[in-house]
Amino acid sequence: MSVIAEPFLEVAGVHVRYSELVALRGVTLTVNEGEVVCIIGPNGAGKSTLLAAIAGGVALSKGTIRFRGQSIVNTSPEAIARLGLSLVPEGRHIFGSLTVEENLLIGASRRGDRRQATKDLRRVFDYFAPLKERRANPAGRLSGGEQQMLAVARALMTRAPMILVDEPSLGLAPKIIDQIYRILLDLRIREKLTLLINEQSSHRVVKYADRIYVLRAGEIRLHGTATELRDGIAIKEAYFGFNDERAASS
Amino acid sequence: MGEFLQNIVDALSLGSMYALVALGIGLLFGILRLINFAQGDFITIGCYALIVPSTDVTARMLIGAWSWPALIPSICLIVIIVALLTYALVFRPLRRTPSPTLMIASFAVSYIIQNGVLMIYGSRPKAVNLWAGLNSPIFIGGLRLPLLEIVTIAVALLLMAALTLFLKRTLLGIQMRASAEDFRMAQYLGIRGNVVIGLAFGISGLLAAVVSLLYLTQSGSLSHVMGVPLALYAFVAVVIGGMGSLVGSVAGGFLVGIIVTFLQAYLPPDLRGFRDAFAFAIVILVLLLRPAGLIQAKNVVERV
Repeated sequence: MSVIAEPFLEVAGVHVRYSELVALRGVTLTVNEGEVVCIIGPNGAGKSTLLAAIAGGVALSKGTIRFRGQSIVNTSPEAIARLGLSLVPEGRHIFGSLTVEENLLIGASRRGDRRQATKDLRRVFDYFAPLKERRANPAGRLSGGEQQMLAVARALMTRAPMILVDEPSLGLAPKIIDQIYRILLDLRIREKLTLLINEQSSHRVVKYADRIYVLRAGEIRLHGTATELRDGIAIKEAYFGFNDERAASS
Repeated sequence: MGEFLQNIVDALSLGSMYALVALGIGLLFGILRLINFAQGDFITIGCYALIVPSTDVTARMLIGAWSWPALIPSICLIVIIVALLTYALVFRPLRRTPSPTLMIASFAVSYIIQNGVLMIYGSRPKAVNLWAGLNSPIFIGGLRLPLLEIVTIAVALLLMAALTLFLKRTLLGIQMRASAEDFRMAQYLGIRGNVVIGLAFGISGLLAAVVSLLYLTQSGSLSHVMGVPLALYAFVAVVIGGMGSLVGSVAGGFLVGIIVTFLQAYLPPDLRGFRDAFAFAIVILVLLLRPAGLIQAKNVVERV
């Protein structure tokens, strides 16, 4: 029996460049099976780029990404999705002209088994009751919070063991954000999900995450468990780069 | 009154044809952001596949001599294969290029098909007599209607209903609609891009094949550029219907059919030669009033 399990997701030395602009410079992070890991950082830090790179939507200029021991560099987004890694992108990207139920069925298309999909649909509606009521409505008519729920529910329908969530709280009221986090944590336990979540602000994240990475200007500035970073001082320094300025001025 | 009703049926029949071609173009635009001008040449291929390949002036029937239960599936299969080949050889390698690149590539495909037909079959138009029985008129309440026009309208409605059912009721159909709305997100959810795009090309090929048979029965003549005006009018239909909306493509197709038929019928004889100029003037007018087309698609955004 091996004591040290291999990380579920392993990102090592990842660089991403958009023509002239360098978005990520040597990002390294790991997520273990069953963990909730959060990446926090200011706008433009490269958080979305990092999740898109993991999901196969952005090409790496350097570095490696392994998911359950298998390299997923130069792999198409559809192939990565089929390996069991599902992205809930920033802005949710629900299919507005499709009904709520059709959106969820798209999530199930990885398996293409309609009967199983119907079963999963019932399971998902257990977690997201408001979606059940609106299952026949066009998804574009849902409120922002419901759309975020739909985006998470759709990822759940893929039966991916790991879900990447890009800024789930973007543009939502605090009460709804808490509700979405409660669902995510519930899913984590009941569905044994592994979660990697991007957020701009840290105060919720220290409550819900196991471990936290702070990303700023394309680099990981700080990493620790939520307990270690609970007081928020270290996070603030890494987030705003106070240490850098001090170093530069001295 | 009788003449007016006759014109209505003419317009609907012509509109059905444009609507079917426009659907083929609209489907590919929705999913790939490709404006496929080669759609007309798929029709040309469907027509030429009926005769023996040769440069002789008189056409000898090959598949065209078969009975319809063998003829129709064979022509459909041939055109579908050609459509899939253009995807595999041309548009698949260019899948991630911008929309204008794809459109230029479709012009290239169009010219390659036209010149291929020219090489194999020669440049002279050929007379072909397919399903002459359909050109005989039927009489409904004193109205004299070409049977072919009724068949054309019925076939178009049937195909549209089938396509609607496919898109609304099947998992693959739902996947196609999702891909048309947000291709990248569909991929993030594990939908296979090549399957969905290939399917769209296959359906476009099927639609082109059906149009080729209806069109040839009516016109009775083969030419290597016979599909070009169909594609052009269908493209106009897609634009005035609203790029990216399939319902819009169909509505646009019927509208173009109605405009063309009624201009032909009611323009003063001196001006009929300029029918197309008037038709396009109306198109410009429609676009001035509704720049995004009759029905606005929800998600015609640049693909990332």
